[in-house]
Amino acid sequence: MKQYVILFMSFILTVGACAPKGPVTLTVMTHDSFAVSEEVVRSFEQANNIKVTFLASGDTGAALNKAILTKDAPLADLFFGVDNTFMSRALEAEIFEPYRPQALEIIPTNFQLDPTSNLIPVDYGDVCINYDKAYFSENNLSVPETFEDLLKPEYFGLLAVENPATSSPGLAFLLASIAHFGDPDYLKYWGQLRDNGLIVVSDWETAYYTNFSASSGRGPQPMVVSYGSSPPAEVIFSETPLDDAPTASIIGPDTCFRQIEFVGILKGTEQRDLAEKFIDFMLAEDFQADLPLQMFVFPVNPDVDLPDVFIQYAQIPDQPALLDPADIAANRERWINDWTDVVIR
Amino acid sequence: MSSTISHERNRAQKNRFSVPAWLTSRLFLWLFPIGFIGLFFFYPLTRILTYSLNVSVFTPENIKLISDVLLFTLYQALLSTLLTLLLGLPAAYLFARFDFPGKSLIRALTAVPFMLPTVVVAAGFNALLGPRGWLNLGLMASLGLETGPIQFVGTLGAILLAHVFYNTTIVIRLMGSAFSQLDPRLEGAARSLGANTLNVWGYVFLPLLRPHLLAAALLVFLFNFTSFGVILLLGGPSFTTLEVETYIQALHMLNLPLAGLLSVVQILCTLTFSVIYTRIISKARLQIFPRADQYKLQRPHTLGEKGYVIGLNVILIFVFVLPMLALPLRSVFRLEAARGERADVKYGLTSEYYSELFTNRRGSIFYVPPIQAAFNSLGYAGITVLISLMMGFPAASALAHPGKLERWLDPLFLLPLGASAVTLGLGFIISFNRPPLRMLASPWLIPLAHSMVALPFVIRTLQPALASIPDRLRDAAFILGASPYRAWLAVDWPIIWRASLAAATFAFTISLGEFGATALLTRPEYPTIPIAIYRFLSQPGGLNYGQAMAMATILMFLATGGIMLIERFRPPGAREF
Repeated sequence: MKQYVILFMSFILTVGACAPKGPVTLTVMTHDSFAVSEEVVRSFEQANNIKVTFLASGDTGAALNKAILTKDAPLADLFFGVDNTFMSRALEAEIFEPYRPQALEIIPTNFQLDPTSNLIPVDYGDVCINYDKAYFSENNLSVPETFEDLLKPEYFGLLAVENPATSSPGLAFLLASIAHFGDPDYLKYWGQLRDNGLIVVSDWETAYYTNFSASSGRGPQPMVVSYGSSPPAEVIFSETPLDDAPTASIIGPDTCFRQIEFVGILKGTEQRDLAEKFIDFMLAEDFQADLPLQMFVFPVNPDVDLPDVFIQYAQIPDQPALLDPADIAANRERWINDWTDVVIR
Repeated sequence: MSSTISHERNRAQKNRFSVPAWLTSRLFLWLFPIGFIGLFFFYPLTRILTYSLNVSVFTPENIKLISDVLLFTLYQALLSTLLTLLLGLPAAYLFARFDFPGKSLIRALTAVPFMLPTVVVAAGFNALLGPRGWLNLGLMASLGLETGPIQFVGTLGAILLAHVFYNTTIVIRLMGSAFSQLDPRLEGAARSLGANTLNVWGYVFLPLLRPHLLAAALLVFLFNFTSFGVILLLGGPSFTTLEVETYIQALHMLNLPLAGLLSVVQILCTLTFSVIYTRIISKARLQIFPRADQYKLQRPHTLGEKGYVIGLNVILIFVFVLPMLALPLRSVFRLEAARGERADVKYGLTSEYYSELFTNRRGSIFYVPPIQAAFNSLGYAGITVLISLMMGFPAASALAHPGKLERWLDPLFLLPLGASAVTLGLGFIISFNRPPLRMLASPWLIPLAHSMVALPFVIRTLQPALASIPDRLRDAAFILGASPYRAWLAVDWPIIWRASLAAATFAFTISLGEFGATALLTRPEYPTIPIAIYRFLSQPGGLNYGQAMAMATILMFLATGGIMLIERFRPPGAREF
């Protein structure tokens, strides 16, 4: 029993001793999909003689919740990864401090969704339907180009989508349909799509690796809701060099939903200057050029060249779907519930 | 009667001279376990519930939603538990009584699913039973069908099978240690009085095993009741449990009040089950003598025994090995070569996925070398074993001889199993983000959270063993002049070491599987194997998929090896069996 007490006490002491301390650290809270090259971060660290830590905290929803719940005693100096579907919610929670970086002048205004400058755009990407090129050519089937095309009988049972209640690309695709058909006509469309053999799964991983025929999982469906940057990723992460991407995106009018990701300075930071510098750094060329191959998103800075593999295989839609973030925040729950009633129940 | 009193007095005197009385008092036994779950469970839970709950959630729609979800949650949990017992009990008996080649490997393999992330398990089941799975492809080829006849993913059957796959190990471990605890002389006595096998089971074994059986059934039930990944990934969007709905409401609808209400319902249910369990179990307590002789492990002799051993092993291999087989196979097997030109798919063996694990191709700051991930996983698991045993032993000791206090405390220690992982994770976030408890970024929070889930298992495993130790024996040891430590070593330890091993195995597996609340916590410096698997699977590309399978295979080997090692461990003073 005595040993037990000693063990326990030493354990408590060890826990206490592990509390973080040390040199100046800038902490960036973000989601699990965040990635960056080591050398890019090191250059910022060396230039400012500090250490940057990233707190990856689950998916976007989880990370944002975490930031909101800890707003009285923030865990980080910055938050990266709020997208336009969560933007209004994040702004309502009043967790950010405004900052207007110089670089915003060169950034296209259609990315600048927050007039209060609490949230600064960093990257964007499109949620699109990917299709299996081989399947369509083998079966002499033309590739659908619009939402309406997907209702044709020849595409019965060929499309897998994610549940918008549990998946962010799933929600994005639902929002694209709402942007296209309007509220409440989108529900009629989804009813027809369901009758045309629509497959719904819970998450992107299942949809892509289990249901999609062109992925390594070799599933049954030749069309899946994924990202516009998935085709170049298939080329980069193939086992043997490929001459061509096995997949491509459908980029009809409104069929792709544009997700824009933002960064903001968390209210109460004690390192406001460094946080501002970090935002400037995120908009500058080194970091922006690093984005495509790290996170498979596009830089908002138009001066940055895309890598070849992106130019070749990633298609950018002419007319991506966009919805007002305030509309999304106000209706998100109702849209998802109504969709669930029509498609799943 | 008078002799008992004098024994008591004797023991009290002995105690007074060797250890201070407060050290063995009940309150002291409870001090650390209660402090532990108080700080890391009840405190964060209370914080998040008071933060999120308000009266506005009590709308008719919400009440209807909750009652629908609750009904399905109960229904699937009950069915899954019955099926799990149906397979687990014969399997536990098999491992406790018979010796056969490959036994320790198969026994270890039955525990591996418990540790595998659901994404990987779903991939395994899909490779076997999915629309393009081996079984469907085989049937299509042999029957000349256009589409696979077996519809598996997205059915209730998938949920039930996956639950059996995951949780049978609980029954095997808990009942296994109970079976080997039985005194063969009891069976001998019953048989000499003319009992047949049925009578022996009905009048001797089952009454003796009832506490263990109930404990196993309850734990399995609670795991199924709070099931998350299996429902989401294998059940698909048309099934939802309280846990899944809480996750949706909290993280996707950002509706914390409703998420909070769902959690309260889930916890109240768990509390009800736990109280019922405690009431039943307190009526059935039996002290059994440590065996003078014990059931010898035997090779199967009769035809019936051989059939039992072989048949059950075949079933176990079908249920546990086949679904997992896809992962190691896929991790060395390429079917890429010329993807895009379907007619010309080339198959081939490759070690590329494993070698690729060691290169940081993208120069990413988040790159995890596999050795490091394995090391982190094992480190967390080791710490979890230590903490949960340190908390579990005193709690189980007090519970072994329950008084009024214990009857109240007992159900509380089961609650961490029934709490929603998302809610608890959010509770951690608002409770541990400021001094003096600013430990959200501390890597210690992970094994602490794991220990909380492991604690009910540890207690449930140790308590029946501790309760079975007759006081008479201890008294005898004291009378013969043994120190409390010596008495403990001579009397208690031989009986409880096996249960301790089972408890350690549970803690180890729970930690390695990355349970629940930790999903919301961060550990930037110490990524584990499941984290690495998720990172690979979150991006497209054959190489990522292959590496995820390679990582999962490494996890399987570590898990199997770890369990075999723990089970091989023979503490000093323990008898061979």
